[in-house]
Amino acid sequence: MNGDILGVFAGALASGRIRVVDLTCTLSPDFPVIVMPPELGQSAPFRMERISRYDGSGPAWYWNNLSFGEHTGTHFDAPIHWYTGRDLPLNSVDTLPPADMIAPACVIDCSQQANEDADFLLTVSDVVKWEDENGRIRPRSWVLLRTDWSKKSGAAYANLLADGAHTPGPDAEVMRWLVAERDIIGFGTETIGTDAGQAGHFSPPYPAHHYLHGAGRYGLQCLTNLDHLPPKGAMIVAAPLKIQNGSGSPLRVLALVQERSTG
Amino acid sequence: MTGPLPRPKRKNPLARTTQPLLPPQTRSRKAHGFTLAAAIGRFMLQCCGECGRYAYPAREACPNCLSSALTFLDAPTGGALLSETRIEVTSDPYFREHMPWRTGMVQLDCGPVVVAHLHGDCGGPGARVAMSLQLDKAGQAVFFAKSVSETPHMEDDPQWRQLSADPKYRRVLISDGRSPMAVALVNALKKAGAAKIFVGVAEQWKPFEERTLLEAMEGVEVVDLDLTSERSVQELAIDIGAKVEILINTADHVRPAHLFDASAANTARDVMDHTVMGLMRLSQAFGPVMRSRGADGATGAVAWVNVLSVHGLSNARQFGVHSVAHAACLSLSQWLRNELRQGGIRVINALTGPLDTEWFQTVPPPKVAPKALADAVVDGLKRGLEDIYIGDVAKDIEARLFDNPKAVEREAGR
Repeated sequence: MNGDILGVFAGALASGRIRVVDLTCTLSPDFPVIVMPPELGQSAPFRMERISRYDGSGPAWYWNNLSFGEHTGTHFDAPIHWYTGRDLPLNSVDTLPPADMIAPACVIDCSQQANEDADFLLTVSDVVKWEDENGRIRPRSWVLLRTDWSKKSGAAYANLLADGAHTPGPDAEVMRWLVAERDIIGFGTETIGTDAGQAGHFSPPYPAHHYLHGAGRYGLQCLTNLDHLPPKGAMIVAAPLKIQNGSGSPLRVLALVQERSTG
Repeated sequence: MTGPLPRPKRKNPLARTTQPLLPPQTRSRKAHGFTLAAAIGRFMLQCCGECGRYAYPAREACPNCLSSALTFLDAPTGGALLSETRIEVTSDPYFREHMPWRTGMVQLDCGPVVVAHLHGDCGGPGARVAMSLQLDKAGQAVFFAKSVSETPHMEDDPQWRQLSADPKYRRVLISDGRSPMAVALVNALKKAGAAKIFVGVAEQWKPFEERTLLEAMEGVEVVDLDLTSERSVQELAIDIGAKVEILINTADHVRPAHLFDASAANTARDVMDHTVMGLMRLSQAFGPVMRSRGADGATGAVAWVNVLSVHGLSNARQFGVHSVAHAACLSLSQWLRNELRQGGIRVINALTGPLDTEWFQTVPPPKVAPKALADAVVDGLKRGLEDIYIGDVAKDIEARLFDNPKAVEREAGR
């Protein structure tokens, strides 16, 4: 490897040796958003209203006004999102260090367990098992929980029952452990939140939010195409909108994957 | 005898849709006293405060004693038919399409003689008739005379159907299936003979209890409709806009907020988006097609009902945002009414007091049960009303607003 790393990188991209995988769901009005008890404040869903479409309001151009909550569609959670991260420096999306927007990913495949149990919880032993096969998680890596949940849509995706949402996620201990013992940069899921659907009943409640943001780490949710990533080695590009004092934002999440050498 | 209204056949797609025409619209400002009475289903004539005699037509001074103390007061609804005219030919474009048309002179029990439209069953000269004031397709008040006793298929009389908005054989869209009013409205409309009832449901991925109930009902179709999404409303209008003859907008979004709370602006925006902007989107998508179908046969498009809070008339502090939103909806509804009138579509404001539902849980009785609201709406459609006040609270506010709006404002603001 010589000094021209980016030149090599550009060549690999051009030749297809590095594949770009889009981990983003399409922002559309009917994509489910997180539901809070109705007397609490709610996230606005994604909405698009036309300004003009080559018509009387703008003869040659097409454009729209958009509205949505910060936590809509495939989105990024900054530390300021949770009370545990409220006093940290650089805790909002506008102050987020740009270097943190590009980081390697470990993908833990729990799709079978999630398929069998909507309330599947990732535990430390699951991660240790993954490490036995793939090596220790390197510091400042994303840990992405693959559940194939993104292949569901609508009611099955939200999976709201009378006692709340039932979607897979991490248990409390694994989140504490990943942050404290593995120094991860963030945790990503295919479901509406980084936490499990029933995580309000955990101790602490919403442990992914609690531990990640309390340590200045990040969350990614509503990811898709995790089944196109290798367990280890993908690079994640996740750059949220630069919203002043923003707690998160919808974003385009890309993964760079090196094709296995065939020769 | 009135024959039963035949069940309408499917429309011939090769036939041009008849365009709506309106009956003559000129009225004096005084005569709008009749418009007011007709809109709320009362029978009122000018009555002299000096000599106590009723007068007609509307005028500035009593024809008996020349007093100027003429005010519209409720009058007895009885009368006797003096003469009957069956019009076979006319040059008026609207009535030409409804020939023959019966009119008659009626001697009112309260004194004056008036020209009235006649129900087919009300007999010949000398017959006793029951009078009402009705709004015609142009929204103007006219006298209508019908038989004092019920006759078979009375509500199917073709002249009466021009003055009412009967759900019989009509297709209805209820905008919010999650509303506690939805099931009650569906039941009342089915009982009234509605041909089909579309029930809009937003965010189908959020479950709700009544869904299975609605889906199991015959003649009910649950459709995607999210009033906060322009695309959703327009897509539904593309699918079923030309099949909706009565639209009942039940959209509401009651959320508590204090004016001085930092988050009140978000709540207000959210509530306005569901209610005011929702009605706006609904109007833009369904208004044009309904207006164009105002004369589409005996079961053409006929009415648009907005279920509104009576607190829109006077802000109730406990439901401040709700009151603001419904005040805006009321204004928008008047705008819509002016637009839809061109197509002979009646816009009905059903102003209700607090409903007996979860969001008004802390409000003491009297509250309006969903069934009471549904029955009042269907009654308003059948009678061709324009403003309906539902429940004791709404009726009380209506009466007191007539009397002293300032007192209502102060008392509601406590």
